[in-house]
Amino acid sequence: MSKPSDLVQGTLDMLILKILALQPLNGWAISQRLKQISSDVLGVSDGSLYPALHKLEHLGWIRAQWKSSENNRRAKFYSLTRLGRKQLEKETANWNRVSAAISGIVRLKEA
Amino acid sequence: MNIEQWFYSLPLRLRSFFHPHQVDQEMKEELRQHLERQIMENTAKGMPADEARYAAMQAMGGLAQIEERCREARGGNVVQDFGRDLRYGFRQLCRSPGFSALAVLCLTLGIGANTAVFSWLEGILFRPYPLVAHQERLFAVAATVPGESSPDLLSWPDFLDLRRSCTLCEDSFVSKITGSTLNIGDHAEVITGSIVSANYFDAIGVHPILGRGFEAGEDAGKDSHPVAVISYQMWRTRFQGDREIIGKTQRLNNVPHTIIGVAPDGFYGTFVGRAMQFWVPVSMQETFSSGGYKLEDRGARWIESYVRLKPGVSQAQAQQQISAIAARLQNDYPATNRGRSIRLWALWQTPFNHAGELLPTLEVMVAVVAFVLLIACANVGNLLLVRAFVRRHEMSVRLAIGASRVRLLKQLLTEGLLLSALGTAGGFLTAYCCRHLLVMLLPVREGEAMYLPGAIDARVMAMGAGVCLLVTLIVGMIPVFQIRRLDLNGPLKADSHGVVGTRGRGWMRSGLVVFQVGLSFILLVGAALLLESLERVRSTSPGFNTTSVVTTGVSLVAAGYDVPRAKTFQDELIGRLRALPGVESAAFARVTPLGYAMYSSTPIVVDGYQPSANERPEVEYNQIGPSYFTTMGIPLSSGREFTRSDDENAPPVAIVNRTMVERYWRGQDPIGRRLQVKGRWARVVGVVADSKYESIGETPKPFFYVPLRQDFAREPDLYIRTTQPLHSILAAVLREVHALDANLPLYEMITLREQVNRSTSPQLVAVTLVSTLGGLALLLAAVGLYGVMSYAVAQSSRELGLRMALGADPADLLRLVISRGLRLTAAGVLFGTVAALAFTRLLGQLLYNVSAHDPVVFGLAFVVMTTTAIFACLLPGWRASRTDPARVLRG
Repeated sequence: MSKPSDLVQGTLDMLILKILALQPLNGWAISQRLKQISSDVLGVSDGSLYPALHKLEHLGWIRAQWKSSENNRRAKFYSLTRLGRKQLEKETANWNRVSAAISGIVRLKEA
Repeated sequence: MNIEQWFYSLPLRLRSFFHPHQVDQEMKEELRQHLERQIMENTAKGMPADEARYAAMQAMGGLAQIEERCREARGGNVVQDFGRDLRYGFRQLCRSPGFSALAVLCLTLGIGANTAVFSWLEGILFRPYPLVAHQERLFAVAATVPGESSPDLLSWPDFLDLRRSCTLCEDSFVSKITGSTLNIGDHAEVITGSIVSANYFDAIGVHPILGRGFEAGEDAGKDSHPVAVISYQMWRTRFQGDREIIGKTQRLNNVPHTIIGVAPDGFYGTFVGRAMQFWVPVSMQETFSSGGYKLEDRGARWIESYVRLKPGVSQAQAQQQISAIAARLQNDYPATNRGRSIRLWALWQTPFNHAGELLPTLEVMVAVVAFVLLIACANVGNLLLVRAFVRRHEMSVRLAIGASRVRLLKQLLTEGLLLSALGTAGGFLTAYCCRHLLVMLLPVREGEAMYLPGAIDARVMAMGAGVCLLVTLIVGMIPVFQIRRLDLNGPLKADSHGVVGTRGRGWMRSGLVVFQVGLSFILLVGAALLLESLERVRSTSPGFNTTSVVTTGVSLVAAGYDVPRAKTFQDELIGRLRALPGVESAAFARVTPLGYAMYSSTPIVVDGYQPSANERPEVEYNQIGPSYFTTMGIPLSSGREFTRSDDENAPPVAIVNRTMVERYWRGQDPIGRRLQVKGRWARVVGVVADSKYESIGETPKPFFYVPLRQDFAREPDLYIRTTQPLHSILAAVLREVHALDANLPLYEMITLREQVNRSTSPQLVAVTLVSTLGGLALLLAAVGLYGVMSYAVAQSSRELGLRMALGADPADLLRLVISRGLRLTAAGVLFGTVAALAFTRLLGQLLYNVSAHDPVVFGLAFVVMTTTAIFACLLPGWRASRTDPARVLRG
């Protein structure tokens, strides 16, 4: 079992933040959402998701609460903190900058 | 992490710390829910139950690993992990008690040796004076004279000027070692005390527990303040802790002194090496030192003084000011102070106590114990390597079930820490037991209270803790190399069978052994050099007969003898002693060669010798009685000895040594020429051979003698040349002394051989310590070599069996093992030789007439090392030769 590469790792954090920016979710829901939006391209295994969640929680970017889920069972729900929102903005800006630069390079090559 | 992050993170951390189980349970529950959902999902897709579960597990990818990674992601819990590692490590240690005991023993020796040496450095050199305040700002003060290698002392007027003018000094005080005779029955002893300035006790911040210290003004005048402070120990032993002691009188050097104070317990004064038993003010100087009243004499240099600098003042700043003061004194008093400057010395360099004597030894010891520590670490490292190999299965399993390498590293370091902490505890215990070792190694004059303690204070503890951490890192990191190369397939492979005599994966263990052998070879060479040097020192002729001369003294001063009575007594005693059977001759002299007492010294003027512009010839001399040279066996090369008629009424005469003839008379016979001593002209009547005066190691120096009667001392030492053994001559002398005065006590009687041996005691200390540690190092290296060879033999039993099956006989296998061991040893010795050539120069100051590169010594060390190596390999070799091919090849 190899760990995802660094690029994906960093991206994973951002994706989780992005997903949670829309609504608080539990781990299962986050994993499903990840699969949907990344159309399995990034290949995030569930194995990487939970450690990432725990790390983000410890960094103070997301907060976890045990709440009743739709089927009335207690589940751990994650939501974005103020810090997390700031971090997401920062990372999104960063991502845009980097991806713009990269796609610029890529286009240059094709021209 | 910024503050806001801590705001979120801290409660989580606290929670994982206080409720680790709950946190863990929640994490597991979360993962379990995920798995359940996945299984449900899979079942909904129509998978059979088993398959649904299997697919879900696979999608997750190893629950245990994820759990462990989640724990790590939570920042782990450092304290909790540490506690768990500690418990686990402890259980591991208990599981293999032999290994643990050996490892802890090695580290105890290594760390103990280091801590002991630190504690000596602290107690003897850096914080030598218990109870004395602010020793870090204390400096010794002495004069330097151009052309003289050793520093000189100050005069009292110079000291007073220094004290007045030094604005950067908080305090300046005098503490000059002196002695006083105490008579106990027919036995006389010298007790050690200090002549101090009146501000002494205030300046050092020590307050008497009874009575008072000295008051301002008590250090002025001539014999005007016969008061004394006594030590706690003297108060307890000689005065039975008498609480009414203040105001009582005690005769010191036969002058009644009023006891005004008792110093606190644990205060030993300010002289490295001795415990002071009394303190008297400077005004009583004449009673305690020869040479008359010196407080107004700027030319009489006898003051041992210290300054405490104001906080924040550096030694360099203070030195600058003090140099300026000395320059002014040179200018104001050219007759006495020309060319003399004043210098500050750090306490550990104090020129006028035993610190300087022990400094070279302690310096060498620092290097030696560092080597021993490294050797011990290498040994423990080797042991741990073996264990890491044995435990690689365990490690692989832990890796497989999700432990990260960092986590394993932490655990190994924790185990290393556990070992080194136990070793450090043992080390502190060792150092505590060894704190008085130096005193025990030094021969002591009867009645003398030596005091050379190791101090285990916060600084030494900190050093010990530092060593402990260092050891943890070294020892803990060694098996890490093994872990680093560990892969999950490793333990699945069958044990690869090593081959004796091949290099390969044992390189690290072999490297450690080579390192150990090399280091212990250096120590062996060092110990051998010191032994050789001591042997040369002891076999060097001091220039006088040591085998048939004994020396002692009669306590006349304390018995109240005045000068005329003392003269009569001395003449009568010599007459009686000469008449004794077995006594060939007897003589008095003020100072015994190679002893602690200082010779008199005087500026001289020599007829026909023109000193150069800056030269003020000053030569030491001794006051001796008739037939001193005959008694001592110092050959007279021309002229005559002093006789009974060279007395106070006869014209002054002197006898000079050969070096003095060479220096001041350019080798021409000086008989009949004149020499001015203390302003009086004396005629040279004889020339004697050079001998050793202050130490065996000294180079020949000008020296002369004057008749005792012309420069009288009431209490000279007595020398008797005799064929009788010590105890019978002692009885005879005591009988003759008591025949003259039944109450007179005698000082300790020793042979001059013993006198010489006592003077070489610093070398003896160095030899003892370095040899002990060298032997220890050799033992550790042998254990290391033995371990590696045993292990190699155990690992390669299949190869050995094969060799045997193919026709090798047991002797071949024994040879194989020993030659492998010797190859390691040879590599170690090679490395050791190169290093030793560089390191033995450290011994420079301790070596006498021995080259630091002495080939014989290196050869000897080589032989010892090789022999030890062969012995270390014998047992593994024997085991190899007993290999049963049928059994190992089948297994």
